Amino acid sequence: MRITQGTFSFLPDLTDEQIAKQVAYALSRGCALNVEFTDDPHPRNTYWEMWGMPMFDLKDPAAIMYEVNACRKAYPNHYIKVNAFDSTRGWETVRLSFIVNRPKHEPGFRLARQEAEGRNIRYTVHSYATDKPEGERYSADGAGSAAKR
Amino acid sequence: MAGAGKGTIKEGKERYKAGVIPYAKMGYWEPDYVPKDTDILALFRISPQEGVDPVEASAAVAGESSTATWTVVWTDRLTACDLYRAKAYRVDPVPGSPGQYFAYIAYDLDLFEEGSIANMTASIIGNVFGFKAIKALRLEDMRLPVAYLKTFQGPPTGIVVERERLDKYGRPLLGATIKPKLGLSGKNYGRVVYEGLKGGLDFTKDDENINSQAFMHWRDRFLFSMEGVNRASAASGEVKGHYLNVTAATMEDMYERAEFANELGSVIVMIDLVIGYTAIQSMSKWARKNNMILHLHRAGHGTYTRQKNHGISFRVISKWMRMAGVDHIHSGTVVGKLEGDPLMIKGYYDTLREPRTPISLENGLFFEQDWASLRKVLPVASGGIHAGQMHQLLHYLGEDVVLQFGGGTIGHPQGIQAGAIANRVALEAMILARNEGRDYMRDGLEILEKAAKWCSPLRAALDIWKDITFDYQSTDTADFVPTPTPS
Repeated sequence: MRITQGTFSFLPDLTDEQIAKQVAYALSRGCALNVEFTDDPHPRNTYWEMWGMPMFDLKDPAAIMYEVNACRKAYPNHYIKVNAFDSTRGWETVRLSFIVNRPKHEPGFRLARQEAEGRNIRYTVHSYATDKPEGERYSADGAGSAAKR
Repeated sequence: MAGAGKGTIKEGKERYKAGVIPYAKMGYWEPDYVPKDTDILALFRISPQEGVDPVEASAAVAGESSTATWTVVWTDRLTACDLYRAKAYRVDPVPGSPGQYFAYIAYDLDLFEEGSIANMTASIIGNVFGFKAIKALRLEDMRLPVAYLKTFQGPPTGIVVERERLDKYGRPLLGATIKPKLGLSGKNYGRVVYEGLKGGLDFTKDDENINSQAFMHWRDRFLFSMEGVNRASAASGEVKGHYLNVTAATMEDMYERAEFANELGSVIVMIDLVIGYTAIQSMSKWARKNNMILHLHRAGHGTYTRQKNHGISFRVISKWMRMAGVDHIHSGTVVGKLEGDPLMIKGYYDTLREPRTPISLENGLFFEQDWASLRKVLPVASGGIHAGQMHQLLHYLGEDVVLQFGGGTIGHPQGIQAGAIANRVALEAMILARNEGRDYMRDGLEILEKAAKWCSPLRAALDIWKDITFDYQSTDTADFVPTPTPS
C-alpha cells in the first residue's frame, strides 16, 4: 500500500524539479525548511528523525535539494519528507510537508481490534515494518541502517 | 446627521420628572462620544417606521439594548447611569437604500458578564428586534474589545493545533457529508464512512439532523462509523476522522454522547448551532478538556442571517462563535448551492482566521477587530461543490478550509472511493500548480484535465459535473462597492 501522508501523496512521486519548485515556494513565503526521515511511518509518529536542524539561513532551493539528496543517499529505503516551518506569529508551525522518498515496498498497517464491553472496540494501528528493529525495516539486507551522517 | 441638534437632558430634576421623553434626549444619543478601546461597539441597520426620526430610532435601540425602559424611572439616579447607558454616536444613511440607516452604538464593558455569549446577546439582541418604532433591524457588525475577548476561551483546538494533530499541512482538508442523511442503518452508514475515508478524504460528517432516530440509534452510528475511520486510517497511514454529531435534547445527553465518542478514540465531535450559545460554550469547554476538535454545523442560521433588512449578519455569528469556541464552522462556498456572495464570504473567512481584521466596508467589516490571539476557526465549505471547481474554491477560500463534497463524492459514477480519489487528486494537483506559481484561476481546467489523464476517477468526475453551476443572485450583498484609490 502507498502511505498517503503529506501534501502530495495522491500525485505521482514528485520529480526533483517539482520538489525544487515547492521548496522555492516555501522559501518565498519566508519559511525555513528541513528534511526528516523515518522507518516508522505510523500516522501518529510525530517525531521523524531530523536530517539536521531546520535550515533557517539557507535561501537557495539548490542548497535544500543538496540536503534532500544527501539524506536520500544515506537512507534510500526510508520515508523522507520536506517540512516548511513558518515562524509568523499566530502560526509558528509547519505550513507545508511532503514526502520526497519512500521505501520500494510498503507493507502498510494491520488494524488490531480489542473487543471490550458493550460492543466497544479498542483499535490499534500496527505497522508491519516495525516488527523489526529500527534501521532493518524496509530491506532484507538492512541497507540504510549502516549509513552514517 | 439630522437630529444632532436635539439637546440632551442629562442632569437634574427636568431629566427625571415622571413621564416619557425621547430616548435621544435621555442620553442615548451622543454624537460627540468618542468610543473607548474597552467599549463593545455594534453597528445596526435600522429601518424606522414612517415619520420616526432615524436618530431617535437609533437612540431607542441603544436605550432598549442597555438600561432604558419606555418611561423615565427615578431609580436611575441611584446608579452611575451615564456609564451604563449605551450611546448611539453616529447615524449614516445606507447608500442606495432609502429608509435605512447605519447606527453605531457603544456599550461600556461593565454592561457585560465575562465569558458569556448568552449575557452579551441578551443585551445586544435581547429586546430591540421587536421594537414597534422600527420596521426592521439588523445587527451588521460588532467590535469586541481585547479586554472582553480575553475572558473567552475561544476555539478549543484551533487551526494550528488541528493540523498538528492530524499531521496535514499545506492544503485544504477534504470532507464529505454522509448521504442520504436520514434512513441508513448503522452498518450501511459506516460503509459510506469507510469508503469515503479510504478513498482519500480526511473527514466524513454526520449531517445536522442525524441524532438518534428510529432507523439508527446514536450508539450504533458511533460504533460503525469508528470502525470505518480506523480501517481507513490503517489503509492509508493517515489520521482520519468522522464528525460524530452529539446534538441532543439535553446537556446530559450531549455529554454522554461526547464521552462515548471520546472513549472510541474519535478525534472530532460535532454540534448544531440550534443547541444555543450556552450549550455551545459548554461543549467547547468539554472539547478543550478532552483534546477534541469541535465542529459546528450552522443549522438554522438562514432564518436570521440571509435577509438584508432584518436579523443578524453571519459575520456577527462568526465573531460570536470564535469567542464561544468552535474549531470548524460552515461559512459558505461562493460557488456552491447555498447563499454566498464572494465579498461577504471573504468577510466571514477573515473574521474566523485572521489575527486582526481592518475596516473593510466591501466585505461588510465596519470595525477594526483585534482578535487578541484567540485561536483561529477553520471555515467549512459545504453544499453543491465538486472537483471541477477546485481552482475557484482555492482562489476564493484559500488553503485553511475544509472542502466538503457530499454529493460530489458519494454521487461519483464509479463509487465513493473513486469520488474521494477524484477530489483529493484535483486538490493536490491544484496546490502543486499554485505553489509552482501557475495562474491557477486562469489555467484551472487545464490543470484538472492534465491530472485526469492519469486519474480516471477525476476524468469521470469532470465529465459528469463539468457544467454544474449555481449562478443565482445573492440576497446578502455589500452596501459599499470598492473604489480604486487614486494613485
